[in-house]
Amino acid sequence: MSSSPPDRRPMGRPVAPLLQAAPLALVLLLFFVFPLLATAVVSLWNYTEYSLVPDVTQRNYVEMFEGCSNLGEGLCTTFRTYLSTLRLCAMVWAFTTLFGFAISYFLAFHIRSDTMRMALFLVCTAPFLTSNVIRMISWLPLLGREGVVNQFLISTGVVDQPQDWLLFSDFSVVLAFVHLYTLFVTVPVFNSMMRIDRRLLEAAQDAGASGWQTLWHVVIPLTKPGLVIGSIFVIVLVMGDFVTIGVMGGQQIASIGKVIQVQMSYLQFPAAAAQAVVLLGLVLLVIAVMTRLIDIRREL
Amino acid sequence: MDTTLPTGRRRLLQGAAGIAAGLAAPAVHAQGAVTLRYVGTAVNQHAGIKEKVKEDLGITLEYIPVTSDDVVRRAVTQPNSLDILDAEYWMLKKIIPSGNLMGMDANRIKLVNEISTVFTKGEVAGKKIGDQGTAPIKVSYLPTKDGKTFATGQTQWLTLIPTTYNADTLGIRPDRVGRPIESWAELLNPEFKGKASILNIPSIGIMDAAMAVEAMGRHKYADKGNMTRAEIDLTMRVLTEAKRAGQFRAFWKDFNESVNLMASGETVIQSMWSPAVTAVRSRGIPCTYQPLKEGYRAWAAGFGLPKTLSGRKLDAAYDFINWFLSGWAGAFLNRQGYYSAVLSTAQKSMQPFEWDFWMMGKPAAQDIKAPDGTVMEKAGSVRDGGSFEARMGAVACWNAVMDENDYMVRKWNEFIAA
Repeated sequence: MSSSPPDRRPMGRPVAPLLQAAPLALVLLLFFVFPLLATAVVSLWNYTEYSLVPDVTQRNYVEMFEGCSNLGEGLCTTFRTYLSTLRLCAMVWAFTTLFGFAISYFLAFHIRSDTMRMALFLVCTAPFLTSNVIRMISWLPLLGREGVVNQFLISTGVVDQPQDWLLFSDFSVVLAFVHLYTLFVTVPVFNSMMRIDRRLLEAAQDAGASGWQTLWHVVIPLTKPGLVIGSIFVIVLVMGDFVTIGVMGGQQIASIGKVIQVQMSYLQFPAAAAQAVVLLGLVLLVIAVMTRLIDIRREL
Repeated sequence: MDTTLPTGRRRLLQGAAGIAAGLAAPAVHAQGAVTLRYVGTAVNQHAGIKEKVKEDLGITLEYIPVTSDDVVRRAVTQPNSLDILDAEYWMLKKIIPSGNLMGMDANRIKLVNEISTVFTKGEVAGKKIGDQGTAPIKVSYLPTKDGKTFATGQTQWLTLIPTTYNADTLGIRPDRVGRPIESWAELLNPEFKGKASILNIPSIGIMDAAMAVEAMGRHKYADKGNMTRAEIDLTMRVLTEAKRAGQFRAFWKDFNESVNLMASGETVIQSMWSPAVTAVRSRGIPCTYQPLKEGYRAWAAGFGLPKTLSGRKLDAAYDFINWFLSGWAGAFLNRQGYYSAVLSTAQKSMQPFEWDFWMMGKPAAQDIKAPDGTVMEKAGSVRDGGSFEARMGAVACWNAVMDENDYMVRKWNEFIAA
């Protein structure tokens, strides 16, 4: 690159920064903004068994919320599906946050040597070198009716009947998700914790704070950005999932991702696009609220 | 499966065979070998068939295995991305109106008059079989080469040339059920609470459910493959009640899931596909493909050609299809428990004891082996459901796309959410 002074346009704005930002802007435009717009546009189209009909129709949205205004007959499918997805999401979020925080806390504050800390951190990431499908499916032979866990429970006399709730249930779905996604919380929280000035902890101790008080008034406020980033990962991943919920839930648990997948497989692209737009809106709303509560950019 | 090494060697052999064939038949190979892009579910895409086609015709098949949903999607949205479509007959109700398939000229199919009467007349051994749903007889012919609707009688223009078909029923674990199972109603019998399963593919799942509903005497459908909205509501209501009562352990979506559910003892009765039953049995676990008194839900697949196909590729495609009907492939498929389109030629390519076991329902005179040499059935065993006539003759309905498909899919999503 030549080091000549940047060209100045008549308005006096430098061109070079714009050019430097252009490649990323183009990539985002092409692979992010454009597909998103296309999804939004297609969600207004009509469709038949075998074709998409470019049109402006509210059909997809109307059918999605059909019967939703009438709460007397119980919740409509869409609300029930969202409720089921949100419920799973909340449980997974609670557990991943708890475990992610605990693991990070242990790594950041209880391990003294840097080498040991990095070694243990790498151990945490090791399972992620295998495919997430494999990590999920390996639970099946463990939790099944004739699986390892049930055999153990029966042989030790803890229960006398195989426990069916271990598999194809909310329990197994949440278990698999927690297993899959705890690392996504651990990493950003660990990062936040490592940036905490240790002198603050000493100061808290000197000022007479108990361990819990230090945790609550010093550590947690300072790890909030990590917690929020981790939460965003988990919420986005769980809200859009259909594979894990499908496999671990025995296809019996409703999720928005599954609804979209079924519609896609029946060539109902506009209906699927409408679902995707609503899902996107909801997830963005959740993220907006979270970032409103904590200004990630300021805290970083 | 470990195929790395054999594939390498096979490629080499293929190459050598290609060169040898090229020398022997310059007419075919003068312009370079023809490659046909073959889109379909993996059901018929066997390496054995590919090798034999290369050897016999010099045509290279490029297998593109996709899910059955993607077969439809490809045919409707990207017909230029394939040369041969291996589709199921029910898909035609979606594909033909798009105008992307050509009517195949019966005059170019040598054995067209030998194709099983299941397709040409809707009969088995002179007896009408069930035609509820998208029965092949309803969608086999087009009025003209470019037709976008179906012809009512036989014409010169065929939509698909059949490859495989079969009759599906429930799979059971006889060791766990412990008593004879004779009716589809058992699928929803509370006795098997938490131990039953159906497939989470709406259009097929609802038909299995309909077989059960009808067997329970709750409703008599005019056409289980084309329900009215009220019938869809009723069927889904029965299913939802069963689901809420905990009847189903899980729903399955693909072949392996169905095998694992059954083999691991999670389920003892479920809708199943024939090779999945074989897969469970090959693990040494008893599993029966139980014939039921209400009959079978059948399916059929066949080759279609995209309208854009022309010239040498078109000729090659017809050559391939004619080869497919000429016996070797038919025998290959019959040995896996499917049925082939032209049975007379397949019979000539099979050992008499194989034919007796697979097609006649007689006890196996000697061990029945899979193409890879493993024993599938021991000498003396009998095929579940018996002979071709007994099985295909008892078909009650066919895999289908309903007129109310949109509504049905919405109701199915509702059922999953219930």
